[in-house]
Amino acid sequence: MNKKNSVLVRSLLATGLGLVAGAIMMLFIGANPFEGYFYLVKGAFMSVERTFNVVGTGTALVLTGLSVAFAFKTGLFNIGAAGQMLIGGLCASTVGLLVPLPRIALLPTMFIAAALGGGLWGAVPGVLKAKFNVHEVVATIMMNWIAYWIAFYYIPTFIKAEFMTTESALLPAKASLKIPWLTELTNGSYINLGIIIAIAMVILIKFILDKTTLGYELKAVGYNRDAAQYAGIKVNKNIILSMVIAGALAGLAGFVYYCGYSQNMQIGKLPSLGFDGIAVALLGASSPWGVLAAAMFFGLLHSAKGFMNAITGIPPQISDTIIAIIIYFTATSLFIERLIKKVIARRKEKAKDAKGGED
Amino acid sequence: MWDIVKLIFPYAIAYTVPILVTSLGGLYSERSGVVNIGLEGLMVFGMFAGAYIVFLLQTVAPGLSIWLGLLVGMLGGGLFALLHAFASITLNANQVISGTAINMIAGALTLYIARTLTGSGNIQVIRGLPRVDIPILSKIPILGPLLFSSTYASTWVVLGILLLSWFILYKTAFGLRLRACGEHPYAAASAGINVYRMRYIAVVISGMLAGLGGVIILVTYSGEFNGSVAGLGFLALAALIFGQWKPLGILGATFFFGFMTTMANISQVIPELSIIPPVVLKVFPYVMTLIALVIFSKSSQAPKAAGQPFDLGKK
Repeated sequence: MNKKNSVLVRSLLATGLGLVAGAIMMLFIGANPFEGYFYLVKGAFMSVERTFNVVGTGTALVLTGLSVAFAFKTGLFNIGAAGQMLIGGLCASTVGLLVPLPRIALLPTMFIAAALGGGLWGAVPGVLKAKFNVHEVVATIMMNWIAYWIAFYYIPTFIKAEFMTTESALLPAKASLKIPWLTELTNGSYINLGIIIAIAMVILIKFILDKTTLGYELKAVGYNRDAAQYAGIKVNKNIILSMVIAGALAGLAGFVYYCGYSQNMQIGKLPSLGFDGIAVALLGASSPWGVLAAAMFFGLLHSAKGFMNAITGIPPQISDTIIAIIIYFTATSLFIERLIKKVIARRKEKAKDAKGGED
Repeated sequence: MWDIVKLIFPYAIAYTVPILVTSLGGLYSERSGVVNIGLEGLMVFGMFAGAYIVFLLQTVAPGLSIWLGLLVGMLGGGLFALLHAFASITLNANQVISGTAINMIAGALTLYIARTLTGSGNIQVIRGLPRVDIPILSKIPILGPLLFSSTYASTWVVLGILLLSWFILYKTAFGLRLRACGEHPYAAASAGINVYRMRYIAVVISGMLAGLGGVIILVTYSGEFNGSVAGLGFLALAALIFGQWKPLGILGATFFFGFMTTMANISQVIPELSIIPPVVLKVFPYVMTLIALVIFSKSSQAPKAAGQPFDLGKK
């Protein structure tokens, strides 16, 4: 089995096991899993609106997945995508609500604000890692909760809704990523300009990783830090840069989510999409196109769970549980794969023995 | 000022205790060499298991149901932690990914079950633990009103666990072995210690203590299960690091963080406290932990083998 195939097998295996676990959970509450999955798929594709909702729901996941995947390439574990996304959304929303610009200039400004905010949130763990050898996992966790509390107090103070103190004001149409004619064409689906941003980023990251010196250096640091250092690559600079780019991608996820999918922000929520991004990156084997595919799959699970719940009564949390179980299995899939190989090898040996006996 | 301190103290202690016991759980796990960022999820799962028992029994046996809830929450947390133990010890999986999965599974799965069992994602507890004044001790000036007035029984249980943990980790052969597994697992193995078994025990203990922490939140100040502990598991993780992986350090860190958070929470009610903006108080624990990591980066007390899989076949 070559490497690419083996990665694909591992992803499919984890997904399969996750779906089996989901089926067991449906059985556990006395529901029919075939029916459950049937309505999950039907809920995703039964109409134009719903089909585009899958894309709309998966859009932000493409970017958080890309963020985690990009850091992975440099050997860094970014579990701070949630916080970076929150800060990116906060920056973009603030610009969108308070800066008086025409749409054509406003959206790019929001884009830059989101990338800068997220990038800054990624830069802190990057610098701490490069200069003080602070583990990025711990640092990004801390940054998540700092972002959570900043948003908690920032939104009611500066950008609150007219009647609610727990959420931000609705964005004006000119600051929204929704395109009226596209929304109308798809019967009011969630799809918006964000998907263009997401696909552009997939292509850009693919290009950076495969075709540029920067990408080469980042990957070299990821494969073997000491060897990279020895070869004259500035390891510290690359670590910081990698976290800044990862943070900026997650910041953009905040932009497309809070200014495209939803039209405002709520306090007291660390976006679960940040953590789903880990699953997306693992399932997509950290390759940009793989991330896109995995994000759309999770978009399906999320966008259709309400419909499935309405028809079958299975709680919508089944989707989140399946995603979480898939993460668990991707963490352990190396072992499972080894186990399967062993079983296959043993079967082959037995078959050989049996043949040998006949002779 | 004294009146304010006297008012805040019982709240601060009530808020600190679940973080303290969860952080102690993290201590066992990390000291044995297994990083546990799944504390949040373990708390949620324990809280759910406890809440369900209380929900079932509270009309039949109100007093007993609370204590049974605490016990079952502990067992539930321990059982759930086996998932993390299996992945990170037996399968040599990435411990951070496994811990993240634990957090996500707990949040989603408990709500899934809760909705099926009770119809809504929430489980209410009618009556929690009562607050009691300790006789005689509560009459001591200064200390009496601060420490011994209107306390929960669970607080004393947790302080007992703290003392016991210190004793186990530093004064028993078991503790020495456990710490050895987190520092030099291969050396420990060559000295005849079963590293796999020690780590399993440690991770299960971490789940039990985190689960207990979750139920304590439920039966003291929250009174309701809703599928989340709002980041307290991560606060416990921060306290573990800020306390430099030591029981007394953890006590200091959790109390410090708990006090800060309580001040932020009630600063709207007490104008004297709003001199410091609540956002500063809330982010303080996390910023301090980052600063502590920088300061101690050269002399960190972190267990040396924490996060590294142990694979005898490889050496």
